[in-house]
Amino acid sequence: MKKSIAILLCTVLLGTILTGCGSENDTPNGEVYVYNWGEYIDEETIDLFEKETGIKVIYDEFETNEAMYPKVEAGASQYDVVCPSDYMIAKMIDNDMLAELNWDNLPNAKANIGSQYYESSEQFDPGNKYSVPYCWGTVGILYNTQMVDGPITGWADLWNEKYEDNILMQSSVRDLFMVGLKLNGYSLNSTDPAELEVAKNSLIEQKPLVQAYVIDQVRDKMIGNEAAIGVIYSGEAIYTQRQNSNLEYVIPKEGSNVWIDSWVILKDSPNKENAEKFIDFMCRPEIALMNFEYITYSTPNDAARALIEDEDIRNSEIAFPDLSKYDLETFSFLGEEADELYNNLYKEIQSSSN
Amino acid sequence: MNNKRKLLSIPYLLWAIVFIIIPLFMVVYYGITDKTGAFTFANIAAIATAEHGKALWLSVLLSFMSTVVCLLLAYPLAMILSKMNIASNSFLVLIFILPMWMNFLLRTLAWLSLLEKTGVINNILKFFGLPTMNIINTPGAIILGMVYNFLPFMIMPIYNALVKIDPNVINAARDLGAGPFKTFTKVIFPLSIPGVISGITMVFVPALTTFVISTILGGNKILLIGNVIELEFTTTGNWHLGSGLSMVLMVFIVISMILTAIFDKDGEGSML
Repeated sequence: MKKSIAILLCTVLLGTILTGCGSENDTPNGEVYVYNWGEYIDEETIDLFEKETGIKVIYDEFETNEAMYPKVEAGASQYDVVCPSDYMIAKMIDNDMLAELNWDNLPNAKANIGSQYYESSEQFDPGNKYSVPYCWGTVGILYNTQMVDGPITGWADLWNEKYEDNILMQSSVRDLFMVGLKLNGYSLNSTDPAELEVAKNSLIEQKPLVQAYVIDQVRDKMIGNEAAIGVIYSGEAIYTQRQNSNLEYVIPKEGSNVWIDSWVILKDSPNKENAEKFIDFMCRPEIALMNFEYITYSTPNDAARALIEDEDIRNSEIAFPDLSKYDLETFSFLGEEADELYNNLYKEIQSSSN
Repeated sequence: MNNKRKLLSIPYLLWAIVFIIIPLFMVVYYGITDKTGAFTFANIAAIATAEHGKALWLSVLLSFMSTVVCLLLAYPLAMILSKMNIASNSFLVLIFILPMWMNFLLRTLAWLSLLEKTGVINNILKFFGLPTMNIINTPGAIILGMVYNFLPFMIMPIYNALVKIDPNVINAARDLGAGPFKTFTKVIFPLSIPGVISGITMVFVPALTTFVISTILGGNKILLIGNVIELEFTTTGNWHLGSGLSMVLMVFIVISMILTAIFDKDGEGSML
């Protein structure tokens, strides 16, 4: 008898603990689970969305596409909206992980995002069925004019021994290999083992000159004069220049990567309608403007760009470069086999020591 | 009576099954299968590749070195603490435990801003016209991070072992003509061995498996086995290889646990 009481007690206790986690009933219109890049939104826009719609936003962040993918694939967290980059969206479409969007529910996305961004999106999302562009930009070199001799113009400068221990490289696989491939004149979507081997050897050769392989830290380290040269996303350039006027951004002459990060909805999303509401809300001109001013990543939202008051920024070559002037490529999904090859070569670079 | 005790153990049993036994079996399952679910030893054998072997060797080397440094720092300190009167020693113990109240990541990030080229330490050195040091992103920085983070795990078990030594045993040694040095080598140190062994395990095991310290303080330039496993789980998404390598690592941990079980009969390690 005593035993059954104890068991009952345990179940009740466990029950209250478990239900206590999720059933707060202060969100009459349900929830939406958003999974976005770190520091990639003005959190005030989330508050505004929650206030206006009564939908509770559960917001999580990731640091790289590669780290995001297995978590979403495992499905443990049940995200609704995710913001991956181009090639990762292609991979997710390939693996049937995304839900087709209902464009009738996305009037702002239809009206405000520039048509050229939808055209570029066709490369990874044919027919614009799955994705709404959120931010875009290039990858380039940020350098400190006080710490380098003469302007930096291309990737080759990152192999200059003068800058030993003063170079910051990206630590995500594709971004790192992009530099090695472009330096040697190859496509950044190369899957040719011979070309990748050359790129790997270049990167190993460069390793003694590199101070650290990082991602988000490039920004703070460059602002703090910790390094002279860093590989960085164009969106960070405006922010870092505001903090440290000695910093210059350049798109390397050997060519680089132009990318788009877009909102997508996961196929098994339980809150599809809320997800579409969230995406459309983010496409409103004044909301997109808030986000642009906060994160300084180029917005594909033409209506928002027109609202930018500072003329220098509105016409900035960094935020809105004339893409025809540069040799730029978009990452595409290379297949699981090529992914594995990249990863193995990446480990060789990381474990090499010289 | 016996029944009651069994009942009380149910929550712990549940805990152990859900959070220890099942995950362990999942790691083993992933470790001995490939992506198609077929049985394979390839994930475990993968430790023999140049990169993985080197990463494991580096991890063993760095964690061994940090364990030695921890021991050299912790033993004298534990002796000093054990000889103080209760009031002041509990305060001192608190001081050494205090950093552990802060988040592990924050503590490590703090070292980053201390050690950076333009960091706090170098700025102070520069202010006094001294040459600056450049230890960030080197194995030295990783050892420093390990020692700093794991030192309390070495101090506490040794301290616990030392305070348990009956002062009469030491007095007897003195009475029988042993000098301070001989008393230490023949009496105090042998009696504190269980604490030392616990301390070694408690520093060596987390140091061996860490990937955060090497990522933050090593600038991703030094690949430890923990980093490889983290990479397989997060970036590459190859859980099978990650699990296989984790199993190899577990062998090392089991060895150190067996060592603990042999020497640490009083369970000093469980005091923390």
